This record gives sequence, C-alpha cells and structure tokens, in this order.
Amino acid sequence: MDFLANLATGFATALSPENLLYCFLGVLLGTLVGVLPGLGPVATIAMLLPATFALPAETALIMLAGIYYGAQYGGSTTAVLINLPGESSSVVTALDGYRMAQQGRAGAALATAAGASFFAGTVAAFIVAFLAPPLAGVALQFQAPEYFSLLVLGLIASVVLAQGSLLKALGMVVLGLLLSLIGTDVTSGTSRFAFDVPELRDGVKFVVVAMGVFGVAEIVRNLERESARQVLATRISSLMPTREDVGRIVAPILRGTALGSLLGILPGGGALLASFASYALEKKVSPRSAEFGKGAIEGVAAPEAANNAGAQTSFIPMLTLGIPSNPVMALMIGALILQGIRPGPNVMLEQPRLFWGVIVSMWIGNLFLLVMNLPLIGLWVRVLAVPYHLLYPAILVFATVGVLSLSNATFDVHLMALFGVFGYVLAKLDCEPAPLLLGYILGPLMEEYLRRAMTLSRGDPTIFLQRPISAAMLVVAVLAVAAALLPAVNRTRAKAFAE
Amino acid sequence: MRVRNAKDLLAGCLFLAFGVAFLILAQDYQLGSARRMGPGYFPVVLSLILIVIGLATVVRSLIVSGLPVRDFSVRALALVTASVVLFGLLVEGVGLGLAVAGLVLAAAPASRNSRPLTALLLAAALGVFCVLVFVKSLGLPFPVLGSWLGG
Repeated sequence: MDFLANLATGFATALSPENLLYCFLGVLLGTLVGVLPGLGPVATIAMLLPATFALPAETALIMLAGIYYGAQYGGSTTAVLINLPGESSSVVTALDGYRMAQQGRAGAALATAAGASFFAGTVAAFIVAFLAPPLAGVALQFQAPEYFSLLVLGLIASVVLAQGSLLKALGMVVLGLLLSLIGTDVTSGTSRFAFDVPELRDGVKFVVVAMGVFGVAEIVRNLERESARQVLATRISSLMPTREDVGRIVAPILRGTALGSLLGILPGGGALLASFASYALEKKVSPRSAEFGKGAIEGVAAPEAANNAGAQTSFIPMLTLGIPSNPVMALMIGALILQGIRPGPNVMLEQPRLFWGVIVSMWIGNLFLLVMNLPLIGLWVRVLAVPYHLLYPAILVFATVGVLSLSNATFDVHLMALFGVFGYVLAKLDCEPAPLLLGYILGPLMEEYLRRAMTLSRGDPTIFLQRPISAAMLVVAVLAVAAALLPAVNRTRAKAFAE
Repeated sequence: MRVRNAKDLLAGCLFLAFGVAFLILAQDYQLGSARRMGPGYFPVVLSLILIVIGLATVVRSLIVSGLPVRDFSVRALALVTASVVLFGLLVEGVGLGLAVAGLVLAAAPASRNSRPLTALLLAAALGVFCVLVFVKSLGLPFPVLGSWLGG
C-alpha cells in the first residue's frame, strides 16, 4: 500500500528526536501566543521565520505548523476562562464556554474543547493525507491558464470571506498585487516602482509587510483599547465531562469536523470561518438551540472541532498547489522559499520526507496539546496576568530584531515602521489587512502565469474560458461574488461576523 | 451632496491615490502587447482596476451611510513607530543591547499604564536578553557595541 508506505515515511521523519522537540516547541509556543491576546500566530511565525533558516526544511515547517494549530488550543482556553478569546477563531467558543465557566463547569468546557480539537485534528490529518496526493496529481497537469484562474479564485474567495465591505476587500487585494510588483521584473529585468533606491531593487520582503500591518499596527490598536484586565480566579473543579455531556457532543463534533475540514480547503478559508460557520450550523440543527449562548456544551464542541480541522486542512492547497489560503500559509510558503524549495505539486514527489513528515507531525502535535494543555491551564492563567504594558515592548523588540535579522538591513526596519502606520490607517478605515497580504504574496505568481497564458494563446484572453478546469474555477469565483452580493446572504454574512 | 460614510470616502480616496500614482509611474515601463507583455502591462491593468474600485467606493460613501472614523490614537501610533525608527538609526552606532533598550524606553509612554521605573527595568532586561539570545547563542551578526562606542 502506497498510503502505508507514505505514512511510514512520515512517522520516521516526525518521530526523529529533533523533529519531536521542535514540534513540541511549536505547539507550546503556539499555545502561549494563543493565550496572549494581541499576539497571534501570523506575527509569531513572521518573527520566527528568519530563525528557521538554520533548521532543515521539514523541521522548520513542523515547528511553524505547530504554532498555527497550537494557537487554536490556547485561544480557546482564555475564551472559556475569562471570556477573552486569544484568537479570533475562538470568539464563538467564548459565547458558551464562558457561560459554562460561570456555572462552575470550566473544567468540562476545557476538556470538551481539547477533546473536540484532538478528534478533529486527527481526522483532518487523515484527510490531508488522503486528499493531497490525488490533488497534487491533478495539479501536475495544470498549465499557466489553470494556475492563473486558480489564483483569481483564491483572491476572490479571500474577498468574499473577509469581514466587512466586499468592495474595500477587493481594493485591498488589488493594492496588495500592485505593491508586490515593486522591484525588478524577472522577465524583462526592468526595475519597477523602486525610485532608484537600491534596497528596493529586490522588492519589499513579505515578512516586513506582514510585521508592519499585523505586528506594529496591531500593537497600536491594542494600546488604544488598553484597560486594566482582571483575571478572575476561576476554580476548576472537575475536568471530566459527565456522561450526558459526552452524549450531547458526539454529533456536534462530527459535524464541526466535517464542516471545518471542508472550509479549510477553500482558498481564503481556514480556522476563523470554520468556527463561525459551525456555530451557526449547530444553532440551527441542535434540538437544544434555545440553550445556545447560555452555556450549551455543543456550542463549545462544534466550533472547537471546526477551527482545528480548518487550520489543518488549509495546508492542502499550500502543500499541493503552492497556493496560500490565508496569511499563515503565505508565511509557510515564505519559509519554504527561504529553504530553496519552490512550493507546488512537485513538493510531494521531490520532498516526501517534508510532505509526509509535516502531516504526521500534525497528529503528534495534537497529541502533545491534548496531554499537556489541561495540566498547564494554571500556567496559562498566570501568563494572562502579565499586563499589556509589559508585553507590547517585548513583542515590538522581537518583531524589530526579527526583521533586522532578515538581511541585516536597517532599511527593512524603517520600512516595517512605515507599513505599521499604513496598516493602522487601513484598519481605522475598516480595510481588512488579510486580503492585502494575500494579494501581496500572490502578485508575482499571478503576473507570471498571466504572461505565460497569454503567450500560449497568442494574446487571446478567451483561453481562460476555453480550458475546462480554468473556466470552472472562474465560474466558481463569479458565483461566489454573486452569492455574497445577494441580500439574504449578505445579511447572514454581516451577522456571522457581527460577534 | 453629503458624505454619509467618512471611512469609505477616505478608503476610496486612498485607493484612487495609489491607483493614479502607480498608473503614472508605470508610464515609464514598456507596455508591450497582450501576447508579449512588457513590464508595464500588468501594473497598468491593476492600476486601472484600483482606480475603478476607488471611484466606486467614493460614490458609495455618498449614498450608503456608515460610522465616522473614531479613536485615532496619534500618540500611540507616533510613539510606537518612532521607537522602531529610533532602533533602526541606533543599532549600528550603539549596538544591539542599547538600541533595544532605547526602543523600549521610547515605546513605553505609548501605554498609559507604564511607569518610568518598570520601563527602565524592562529595557535593561530585554537589552541583555537580546544580546544573549541573538548574538551569543544564535550567532546573528549584530554588533554588541556599536561603531560609536568603538565596538
């Protein structure tokens, strides 16, 4: 069996002492940043990116992946204990989880969250293992037109799934694409939009943009709503859910896992959307929908399963097509490129250790999280007590030193400050930074594929519609926009993000 | 005509400004044809799209009402940004440790909960920590003492 042989390769890689250690470090760090509000996985991964250069590629990716799904666990801990979601994907967990904590059932809520996440993580790891090879097989036949249409679909999806106005999200994507063109055009060698500044000849590094709009700007946003945070000393009595609880959560966990896995694969999807959608679904189908928002254990189980499943299946487009479905995946691609690996369908064939090692490590990482998270809850509560005015200077220092270490250029540091101002202004105008970042990372690829497709068709733009796969992807993109514009869907969308 | 949504108006103007700026700059690059795209082709197409989106956003801001821009914290933004810039200016001159300390001290007043003494302690601790971790153990090529201090 090919599948078993692949899994064996994966286990051999993931179980090496070095990889186990970095997987553990990754999930530990991920939980920590998940617990800390105001520091998310994007900024953390961006900060650590330069440091991973010294590691082998699979080790680097294993650790970075651990940060991403570890953050989902940490975010739910704080959501339950103090009604403060550490991650945006845990916002819905707080609705019922915190109510449970108030009713003295914090332990049951946390155990449910951890158990649901573990189950979903295990299933999602299998889904990635099963789905990725055939998808990569299909992708190997892709040519320039298919890739271009796929990129269009990915960008459109990120627009449709963004919070707030579609029009502004679309503007952010295009702005991101334009900014990505700064630097030398690889085909003609022309230096574009560089104003004869030598440092701009290679373009602005992605990490610099990400740290500016997600790191610096985020700090300022947190400072403006800073207040004295009170951590309630929640006593955690019994961790075990009752038999009745277990009976109530089985179906929601299964539904959450299925929905989360599906939404994670979509470009623009991932953990955030998965958790919102699954909460909405449970509220609809549950026989106890009246209890939702008042401490329904289903309201904890389903979104926690969904966000973890979504976090993991969002690796599928990244690993098979080389296309990031969210900013975290964009950073993963950045890490691969730093290692000299060009992401795409060939990664699976040429780097089986990397590919299968990362997949198996996700399952091992989830096991770490399950085992270590519950005993460490006391520690996380204490971490939360660190006031923000001691925290943000440290975050700022690590971000700045991280950017400096990219190529030891103070120019990058100043550019990061500039993007920080830019990001803050955009945030104040309700312009979401995620589509901008996605456009920024995909811009060069998009231009390249557009060029090749048009050369292939001798300048005939209908090539994108003549080829069936390409046409299908464009149709899906148009349908997605049309659906989002429908008044009914638009209202639901507004409601889903309102919380 | 009345502005009903200041956020949309400003966002639209921002898109317009970027679109026009990129369009003007792109005039210097060869356009080429659809079949053989020059370096100017993709930027021009994108700039035009951005201009259209900008115009649409501006028009919408006159029709659909929204919330005004609120709580723009100039002070926090200025201090945080300035501290990063300060670090960039200092690091080669005074070395990593002192530049980190400078960053922390400059950024500290951005929070209303900061106290001078805790900020000093934090600056010293982070300065030492960064030198130990980044230079001594990770071996990154940052100066411990900068050129101004004879390092």
